[in-house]
Amino acid sequence: MNNYIPFSSKILDVIKHTDVEFTFRMSCKREVKPGQFFEVSIPKFGEAPISVSGIGADYIDLTIRKVGKVTNEVFERYVGDTFMLRGPYGNGFDVDIYKGKELVVVAGGTGLSPVRGVVDYFANHRNEVAGMTLIVGFKSPEDILFKEDLKRWKETIDIVLTVDSTNDTKNYRTGFVTEYIPELKFQDKNNAAIIVVGPPAMMSFSVKGILNIGIKEEQIWVSHERKMCCGLGKCGHCRINDTYICLDGPVFNYTVGKTLID
Amino acid sequence: MGFILDKISADKFLSGLKDEYYIFAPKRFELGGIYSDTDAIRYSEINSFDEIVFDEKSQYSFKETILQISQTIFYFTEDQIKEPNFTCRQKKALIFLRNCDLHGLKRLDDMYLNNGPEDYYYKKLRDAAEFVVMGCENSFENCFCVSMGTNQSDAYDLSIDKQEDKYLITCKNSKLNNILLKAGASSSDVVPKFVTSNNIQVNIPDNLSNDVATSKIWDEYDVRCIACGRCNFVCPTCTCFTMQDIFYTENGKVGERRRVWASCMIDGFTDMAGGHSYRVKKGQRMRYKVLHKVLNHKKRHGEQMCVGCGRCDDICPEYISFSNSINKLENAMKEVTSNE
Repeated sequence: MNNYIPFSSKILDVIKHTDVEFTFRMSCKREVKPGQFFEVSIPKFGEAPISVSGIGADYIDLTIRKVGKVTNEVFERYVGDTFMLRGPYGNGFDVDIYKGKELVVVAGGTGLSPVRGVVDYFANHRNEVAGMTLIVGFKSPEDILFKEDLKRWKETIDIVLTVDSTNDTKNYRTGFVTEYIPELKFQDKNNAAIIVVGPPAMMSFSVKGILNIGIKEEQIWVSHERKMCCGLGKCGHCRINDTYICLDGPVFNYTVGKTLID
Repeated sequence: MGFILDKISADKFLSGLKDEYYIFAPKRFELGGIYSDTDAIRYSEINSFDEIVFDEKSQYSFKETILQISQTIFYFTEDQIKEPNFTCRQKKALIFLRNCDLHGLKRLDDMYLNNGPEDYYYKKLRDAAEFVVMGCENSFENCFCVSMGTNQSDAYDLSIDKQEDKYLITCKNSKLNNILLKAGASSSDVVPKFVTSNNIQVNIPDNLSNDVATSKIWDEYDVRCIACGRCNFVCPTCTCFTMQDIFYTENGKVGERRRVWASCMIDGFTDMAGGHSYRVKKGQRMRYKVLHKVLNHKKRHGEQMCVGCGRCDDICPEYISFSNSINKLENAMKEVTSNE
């Protein structure tokens, strides 16, 4: 089988979060887990690894930020069109691990995309976890993603939504996500599970904060992002030590994640 | 059991081979070297034994014969994608290479056949290749194959050693055996040659771990290395690539996606959309490469990636020695463990 040949996927819907961040609902009947990713492939422009932000029976959501050569093109030509995709790749999140735990998800910006499936699952099946808190930070109120989801999730789970800065301090909490980690309350810290996804600096400071409040390394999961040209363990760009982010990750328990020094 | 070919039977053998194979071997390109008055020894299709360079090391490895520098993944037009046609290679490839390179082939297999799913393109060329090991009479400059345990390999179809104007051959492949017999090769006891010592030895410390990343030994490469990536391109075991889309005409509707060799030493290897990069300093890149070659590949695939061919040392314009960098690891480990 030739894994490098992409398949054609129809754009079913486009949800505009901000000027530069859209969610594309793509036709896809493959078995997919949250945290896995696809290579979005635009012949002539190249490929970009994008996490799935939502999974349905016959569709997947890809939340894409207009930030590079391929994603710029995605925004230029999406209307009524198709994209080429390859995937899914990577291990993804295994929701079973978090069942019965006091789950906290700490997400920064588009880092919410790969964990959206996990948050959504437990927001819909709240009784399957002992606790569920989402701490999510964006740059400004204009950068907030998944506004509809956040509104809906608020019904069943605890949400701390914060923006780095705004003049509208009446309606928005400000500050980095790390400032809200010490405020977390647990019935039993040993039963806590924490997922951290976001930009590299945000992840490293968040993990420090979590360890500081007495959570153990093995209770933390992180998802990594790297340059990837294949998703198949061949191109070498995403290797760290003896680990290939595309094959062995992108989701790692922190006991492994902390050993991954670029 | 083996054969001896004299000039006449060697010519017959080669013409017999040409009916069945494309023959790739190290060949001299006069004045094609890295300086204006030097030759290049690199791989090319050959038509006679005289073209094969037996007494020098090729500057570039055999890998480009089965892992193309630029491999077309598919051709695209507006809404169609077409795989390249592989049937153009109607004959198998017969590839002449050294013992260390034959070990290098195993590393390519590790990556392209066993690291994740099998690679479609590599597999096609790999399955259509057979290998002739060229013995080394003496160790070449910068070689350290004996330390790496790659000075001898039995995984060949044919072995060949040049002795004055004769060729000494052993054969494990029945098709090649028939071609030899047809060419009138005379039977003889032959033992393939290989070296048992090099001037350079390396020592990979038993306690080597990725903790050595914090050592100061890497700092000197920040200044010395110029990030040209030649070491990666001559290495028989470097396998990284980058995808590249190109289009043929100004209207840009028709083109191809290629994968081209990539280098972990060059700027841009880790660049992500949005501007974040990892390993900006050249010393960090050196550490990344060295530890892949003598630690991390082994952790994943059981054998060291480096095969000790020394081509990276031969080609480096800054005279950085890979074997020296390996030999610094023992002290570097002492340094980082005493810091704890």
